[in-house]
Amino acid sequence: MAIMKRTLVGLAAILLLAPICATAGVPKPNLTIENPGQCIAPVQEMRVNHMKMLNHSRDRALRQGVRTEKANLIGCIDCHASKETGSVMGKGGFCEECHTYTAVKLDCWDCHQPKSARFRTGAAAAEGAKP
Amino acid sequence: MNEPRDPVDNPSRRGFVGAAAAAGAGLGVLALAPGLHLVEVSEANAPSAGASSKVRWGMLIDTNKCSSGCDACVKACASENGINETVRDPRQASQWIRKIELKEPRSGREHSLPMMCQHCAHPPCVDVCPTGASMKRADGIVLVDRHTCIGCRYCMLACPYKARSFVHLRLTEQNPEVPRGIGCVESCTFCVQRVDKGLKPACVEACPEGAMLFGDLKDPNSEIARRIAQEKTTQVRGDLRLDLGVRYQGI
Amino acid sequence: MQSELNNRLEGPTFYVLAGIGALISLIGVAGAIYMGQHGHQASGMNNQIFWGMPHVFAIFLIVAASGVLNVASIGTVFGKQAYKSRGPLSGLLAITLLAAGLFVIMLDLGRVDRLIIAMTHVNWVSVFGWNMVLYPVFFGLVGVYVWVLMDRKMYAYSKPVGIAAFIWRLVMTTGTGSIFGFMVARQAYHSALIAPMFIVMSLAWGLAIFLLFQRAMYCWHNMELNEEIRRRLGNLLGVFIAAVFYFVLVYHLTNIYFAKQTGFEHFILVSGGVFPQLFWGGFVLLGTAIPLLLLFVPALQRMRGSEIVAAVLTVGGGLCFLYVFIIGGQAYPLDMFPGMEVRSSFFDGQIDHYVPSLPEMMLAIGGFGVAFTLTLIAVRVLRFMPEDDLAKLKASGALRD
Repeated sequence: MAIMKRTLVGLAAILLLAPICATAGVPKPNLTIENPGQCIAPVQEMRVNHMKMLNHSRDRALRQGVRTEKANLIGCIDCHASKETGSVMGKGGFCEECHTYTAVKLDCWDCHQPKSARFRTGAAAAEGAKP
Repeated sequence: MNEPRDPVDNPSRRGFVGAAAAAGAGLGVLALAPGLHLVEVSEANAPSAGASSKVRWGMLIDTNKCSSGCDACVKACASENGINETVRDPRQASQWIRKIELKEPRSGREHSLPMMCQHCAHPPCVDVCPTGASMKRADGIVLVDRHTCIGCRYCMLACPYKARSFVHLRLTEQNPEVPRGIGCVESCTFCVQRVDKGLKPACVEACPEGAMLFGDLKDPNSEIARRIAQEKTTQVRGDLRLDLGVRYQGI
Repeated sequence: MQSELNNRLEGPTFYVLAGIGALISLIGVAGAIYMGQHGHQASGMNNQIFWGMPHVFAIFLIVAASGVLNVASIGTVFGKQAYKSRGPLSGLLAITLLAAGLFVIMLDLGRVDRLIIAMTHVNWVSVFGWNMVLYPVFFGLVGVYVWVLMDRKMYAYSKPVGIAAFIWRLVMTTGTGSIFGFMVARQAYHSALIAPMFIVMSLAWGLAIFLLFQRAMYCWHNMELNEEIRRRLGNLLGVFIAAVFYFVLVYHLTNIYFAKQTGFEHFILVSGGVFPQLFWGGFVLLGTAIPLLLLFVPALQRMRGSEIVAAVLTVGGGLCFLYVFIIGGQAYPLDMFPGMEVRSSFFDGQIDHYVPSLPEMMLAIGGFGVAFTLTLIAVRVLRFMPEDDLAKLKASGALRD
């Protein structure tokens, strides 16, 4: 009984403290929108539904060869990649900032390239020029 | 890959958004969709139609033209599909396409040919895949859905052509249009990202001898269908009756 | 009586043993984490031999899990008294061995994080897909089976539940065998004989593991197994080992008969280096011939512990067989162009070699750690010790003096 009581108290403490810790410890995402006003849908809709849209378009593209969905990962990356790093990942990266904040793990990048294609070719040229 | 996607994507994207914005959205889409559809069927592979079962993509490889020691197709494949990682043990490297050298022991006659996923009509890899990640598109292209591949490698056991590779290490330099990564199985896709744009696979384009012919096996007027009808072609391990998308000539 | 019986397992012995078991299990987890972090480049597996040591151990455990239940089946389905009291332990081992086998095979996946996908996206054409039903139902059925065997009020149901579990384990091992049996592409595997062969192997390997654990339990309780029961179980093991040998013999003979497969058979049985060594030395000599001598030569059979040595050798022989079967089957090149000499940058036409790496060995061995730890904890918490009612056994004719 005593153990149970202690566990319950502990759980309650965690539940109560968690939001405080979260707001105190983790900085709010600091997003740079590289191309404002050009998104395929309003911000609110994107925040809530981007994962569903991407899932839908990925299945259509891969399994049916339909590559015209307005939500498509390459398009998102090309538009949202940081102009500095060329990527949606890394510190300040469009995907990483929010996903770190909400603690939602992404495994897109085990296979997908988080850097914009345009940037990659530019970067390759710059690297070639350096030495 | 470096070509901007816009020319392909934008017209239909704009059309779609425009139609949705129209007051009578439903009507707008209906009016637009059939129009698009007509154009696409005639082109067979326009982007918004998707893979159609009216098409069966196939390849005819003339081994008489394929020269030993030439690996232009292999190099083109690697650069198109971003197969650029360095692997400690070459046996752990991914090979979507490889050159095979054959020798008939009695006559001493030699052949050289590229070998890759044969895009079977009845693919054993699709049968055995526990999650359905191995799959065949309506147009006959066999692919791995990396979102559902768990890396069990059962498909590699099932494949009679050793066409599949397992990614043994973490990758970072993928081509944006060809996602590939650790722990999943992969194989030749007929360069599906190119085919969907109306282009030929990279290997076919790169072959200096013109030994590789790509086309629609179901279209009786296509060059590939005509040649298969007229000339003797071989399916590797034809005894398995898998109805292959890739045919060889001269072996 | 119970407290007196459990003497040795009550004290520190339990914690030492559980600690050792947990340590071996953790070593397995560590190996899997290392492979997960670095990818399978940390293993000795490659694109030709892509199923390695973890698969050898996992398949051994999964096959033995089905066979170990045979002891319970003989008791309830076929009504043999001496086996009835061993039913609960047999059921328990079936559950823990299967759990351990799945532990190994799951942690070897390229994408361990996608286990949930394996359970939610099932391709019903795939034999692996069937496993998503075969294994959970096996766990469920055997769990209920153990319950009805141990709960006096429920014992009346033991026969129907026992029959269901008996049938299910045959189906399950048919599935495991069919993973290989349906492989049309490969010389080593394409055979209808493989499913029944796996069933017979499950009987031998399962009984061997049962004997070993039963022996350990008697040790912990300072007891000696009744001589007559010991002989009976030993005889049964001998029969199973002989049956396995028969199936393996026929399997190879049919392969040798098909002209296109003689090359492969020559490789596995004669020229393939480590594979014929393991086949003849490991499976045939150590895993079959010596156990049979130990179990059937009267002078040897009377020696105490002979059936335990035979059981250990059977387990070792089984692992040798699976190594040859699984890894040898992949090492031999696919025959895509019959009658031609083949070479390529992807090692076509070449015999591949495989050297397991440390992390994959750790994962493979970890499976035995998991099975041992789970079983140990269960036998400490519940009464799984076979308690023979000797009077009843004598009356039923199972014991002779």
